[in-house]
Amino acid sequence: MPTKTHVTTTINGEQIDFLCEPRQSLLECLRDIIGLTGSKEGCNDGNCGACTVVFDGRIVTACLVLGVEAQGKEITTIEGIASPAGLHPVQQAFLENAALQCGICTPGFIIASKALLDHNPNPTEHDIRFWLANNLCRCTGYDKIILAVQDAAAKMQETKV
Amino acid sequence: MKWIDYANPTSLGDALGLLAEHKGRARALAGGTDILVKLRAGEEADILVDVKDLPELNELSYSSSDGLTLGAAVPCYRIYADENVKKNYPAIIDCANLIGGTQIQGRASFGGNLCNSTPSADSIPGMIALGATCNIAGPNGTRQVAAEDFCLGPSRNVLAPDELLVSIQYPAPAPNSGANYIRFIPRNEMDIAVVGAGVSIELDNGTFKSARVSLAAVAPTPLYVKAAGDALVGSPVNDESVQAAANAARDAAKPITDMRGTIEYRKHLCEVLTRRALNTAIERAKEGR
Repeated sequence: MPTKTHVTTTINGEQIDFLCEPRQSLLECLRDIIGLTGSKEGCNDGNCGACTVVFDGRIVTACLVLGVEAQGKEITTIEGIASPAGLHPVQQAFLENAALQCGICTPGFIIASKALLDHNPNPTEHDIRFWLANNLCRCTGYDKIILAVQDAAAKMQETKV
Repeated sequence: MKWIDYANPTSLGDALGLLAEHKGRARALAGGTDILVKLRAGEEADILVDVKDLPELNELSYSSSDGLTLGAAVPCYRIYADENVKKNYPAIIDCANLIGGTQIQGRASFGGNLCNSTPSADSIPGMIALGATCNIAGPNGTRQVAAEDFCLGPSRNVLAPDELLVSIQYPAPAPNSGANYIRFIPRNEMDIAVVGAGVSIELDNGTFKSARVSLAAVAPTPLYVKAAGDALVGSPVNDESVQAAANAARDAAKPITDMRGTIEYRKHLCEVLTRRALNTAIERAKEGR
């Protein structure tokens, strides 16, 4: 019987060791082995973005990364976005702007939106829509999500000043 | 997905050894955005050979004599962030920005796009138009194949089971040259080309000195349309000559009717996209970018 692989990685700043089969996606490892169920499985083929995580500084869909590829990498999931002091401004803005209904897409949208604002603190609506094109939402019609990202951008600019 | 082994060799020799050992049952893993989907859909292999730790496949370098060496595993985000690519190859940026969305561009490589060998691949017409060469390594050394000769049919290419695509070599841009890749999709992002057109031209005193045109999604492989380039060479830079090349592209296309478009619609798009891409390439040549 083939053996499982031992993977050592950093998730949300904490070193994690886990055993997985080479065929298991990072998403399966996060959810089913490590117990971080915030990242959601939608399409499992890279289209919907519900499983978006930060993988060595870039956002990726965790369904298209193998768990074994996480060896030595740094990963941020939705569980690592809020701080002990409270929600991240992007999370707060999604709440206040009602940018979600069923919530399945929300962790992916929040990870991707935060990555956008880290990279471009003052995006145009066009920038936001193109950056978030890899995240699908079947409830909101997107407008409230765009408003939430703009709101978060404005609040994050204010707190910086 | 059935059980599959995984290896991440750190030398090209070790990677080639694994491919040879598994005799056609090994698959290369770069960004994984195509291969993992295919394996889940039932495609079978014994081992995935991760090529992201091979230095040769991560190279991204430019020199005015040799042009651009693009390692086969370099993801899109590194391509469009690269200063040399931005300065010298706007058509490569066109392609890199169109492949998937932000998350896919964080992983997907041009090498993977080429080896996946779909007729609609967005990076391949740019390679063909720019006259790129594919550097391939195998048990008996290396060989070079012109980009237009790499694909043999949908999901089929010239790579033997024990060979690996190492890099794509783009020649340095000639003075007064310009290039562009555009595609048509029914939405704004995240879709598969109904038709794509890649062009590269070189101007000399108001005439076309050289020109290459390539089309996506209108034949079993990305298509190099020699007749469209030939229609331009020696002709004055004006609407008539651009139109003649666009007509040649339309006439060379051999599309099929499918869910994305009919034969007639795709032929029409070949003409429109080739014309528009040529006009952008001419502007870029005149602006010196």
